[in-house]
Amino acid sequence: MRALKTAILSAALALGIAGAAQASEGVKIPEQSWPHAGVFGTIDKASAQRGFQIYKDVCAACHSMKLVPIRTLAGIGFGEDELKALAAGYEVQAGPNDNGEMFMRPGIPADRFPSPFPNDNAARAANNGALPPDLSLVAKARQGFEDYIYAFLTGFEDPPAEVNLMPGMNYNKYFPGHQVGMPNILQPEGVTYADGTKATVEQQAKDVATFLTFVAEPHLDARKQMGVKVILFLLVFAGLMYASKRQLWSKIH
Amino acid sequence: MAQGHTAKFQNPVVNWIDSRLPIFTMLNHEYNEYPMPKNVNYLWAFGAIAGIMLVIMIATGLVLAMQYAANTAIAFESVERIMRDVNYGWLLRYVHANGASMFFIAVYIHLFRGLYYGSYKAPREILWMLGVVILLLMMATAFMGYVLPWGQMSFWGATVITNLFSAFPIVGDPIVTWLWGGFSVDNPTLNRFFALHFLLPFVILAVVVLHVAALHVSGSNNPLGIEPKGPQDTVPFNPYVTLKDGFAIVVFMIFYAAFVFFAPNFMGHPDNYIPANPLVTPAHIVPEWYFLPFYAILRAIPDKLGGVLAMFGAIAVLFVLPWLDTSRVRSCKFRPIYRQFFWVLVFDSLVLGYIGSRPAEQPYILIGQIATAYYFFHFLILLPILGKLERPSPLPASISEPVLKGGGRVAAGAHAKPMEKA
Repeated sequence: MRALKTAILSAALALGIAGAAQASEGVKIPEQSWPHAGVFGTIDKASAQRGFQIYKDVCAACHSMKLVPIRTLAGIGFGEDELKALAAGYEVQAGPNDNGEMFMRPGIPADRFPSPFPNDNAARAANNGALPPDLSLVAKARQGFEDYIYAFLTGFEDPPAEVNLMPGMNYNKYFPGHQVGMPNILQPEGVTYADGTKATVEQQAKDVATFLTFVAEPHLDARKQMGVKVILFLLVFAGLMYASKRQLWSKIH
Repeated sequence: MAQGHTAKFQNPVVNWIDSRLPIFTMLNHEYNEYPMPKNVNYLWAFGAIAGIMLVIMIATGLVLAMQYAANTAIAFESVERIMRDVNYGWLLRYVHANGASMFFIAVYIHLFRGLYYGSYKAPREILWMLGVVILLLMMATAFMGYVLPWGQMSFWGATVITNLFSAFPIVGDPIVTWLWGGFSVDNPTLNRFFALHFLLPFVILAVVVLHVAALHVSGSNNPLGIEPKGPQDTVPFNPYVTLKDGFAIVVFMIFYAAFVFFAPNFMGHPDNYIPANPLVTPAHIVPEWYFLPFYAILRAIPDKLGGVLAMFGAIAVLFVLPWLDTSRVRSCKFRPIYRQFFWVLVFDSLVLGYIGSRPAEQPYILIGQIATAYYFFHFLILLPILGKLERPSPLPASISEPVLKGGGRVAAGAHAKPMEKA
């Protein structure tokens, strides 16, 4: 059977793609209840703002979010002046100027969030060879979506006795393969929330996941609100169509 | 000829045009007066639904193409620009991406409706074969469309599928290089896939025109599978079928909108939100759901060339189906034994779809092989033999007869259908 499996693998996939199931596959990502879930769900803006605070103070030290313009945060309640002030806090490379030189200028809301490293190789070099993934779409790019983000951030623990951690790696029960370069970064009261919310690890993980859901899908609220209207319209339309159809066909049957 | 048309239309301009180019006469004949068997049920609406889906795909695709950049360096980012910065870009893209799935749902139901009611039998063989051509073109178009966002699944799906052609001896590798425009899936590949993804829908549209033209020669089949005997058996297309199809289309749109607005990424794969990376292979490369049964057949044969031939063979048997089915009775209603096997085939196709989504390991491999064997057994052995052995139940004398005598049996059936499609 082993030979057959090998043959099928090479036949079907044409490449040496490992068909062996991921080590994480047996691990079930626990589902959380999200305010943005369901037909009428909307992004919890306060939670997303707290998530942004953690992104800014913690995540952004290693992770880029390069597809997201700073102005996107208007969607979670940042006013125009707040956005300008926030953007001005970032240094953005611009140029070349008339002398042909690149220079740094304060950011504006139309700029995208600056990356912590100039390129992937620099990021790897600074992180023990591991590349911190870009966060712009991570909430849509993982099996389990925001549930996975939450599970991952709360899933660090001491490795089981039989696991040999490679140097510099950390054990996470939800990460595929369990060994991950990122350390357990969220600590109880590791941040002080501006709005006074008690910063438990669970609270922080939830806020980060909400924020990352928002940046991955900034039009989530608009989409669902339009969806409700569209479906209501179509239901009425369908009712009218059915009534007309019945009346017309009643002469036939 | 011109005189014959003069009295036809009230509007003199329409008359003037029609006597020189009779498009209004043609439209009137094909879409107004066209006689439809009056006993058709809601399954007959899926042709119209598929047509509407094609129009939606071309319309949204055109606007997306104005914003999309087919270059490996910026393709992924240009899609994100559409999602974030283009006005209602997220709506256009989700309508288009989910529209592909909806198009396949409509076409697969349309196809199985044809199988159940024997719509492929004389005199509708060419009509059916054109339908299979449309399915093939749709597959090519959908595959190339999935490559365009240049995510991980785009890249690796393109790599796997184009590599299939390398299975052919001698010409295989040159074909693959030719398809790629280089020695790996790269920028030339993306560029030509975009060009072809733009072109093929219009080829589909042309074949749909032929499909409808052929349909209007033979006339539509119906649940009884017997030809209408006269005007008492038919209704004019407009307003009867336009209204009925219209209702079905709106119900289908509700189903469609539910995905677009509330689960837009349900049919997709999370890995396709990771930019393509030739150095990192995803743990499982799975095609879009509508290819899964064929993917299962491909993997069921423990030989690369055999698998590829089996996969193409799965479509090829559909192409010659009119000559494989030896029974002269069209509708499964009157084929008590074949009716059972039809549902076995439906189940078998669903099993193949499930197996296609699983990793290539036991017990999925064995189940996939059995299901593949059954698929070909159904078409190549069962259908020819069953047509000769089966004793069909007696056919009604005409379409009107069971409607009148059966106390509205067919009518009741027609009313019970709308729930099935949602």
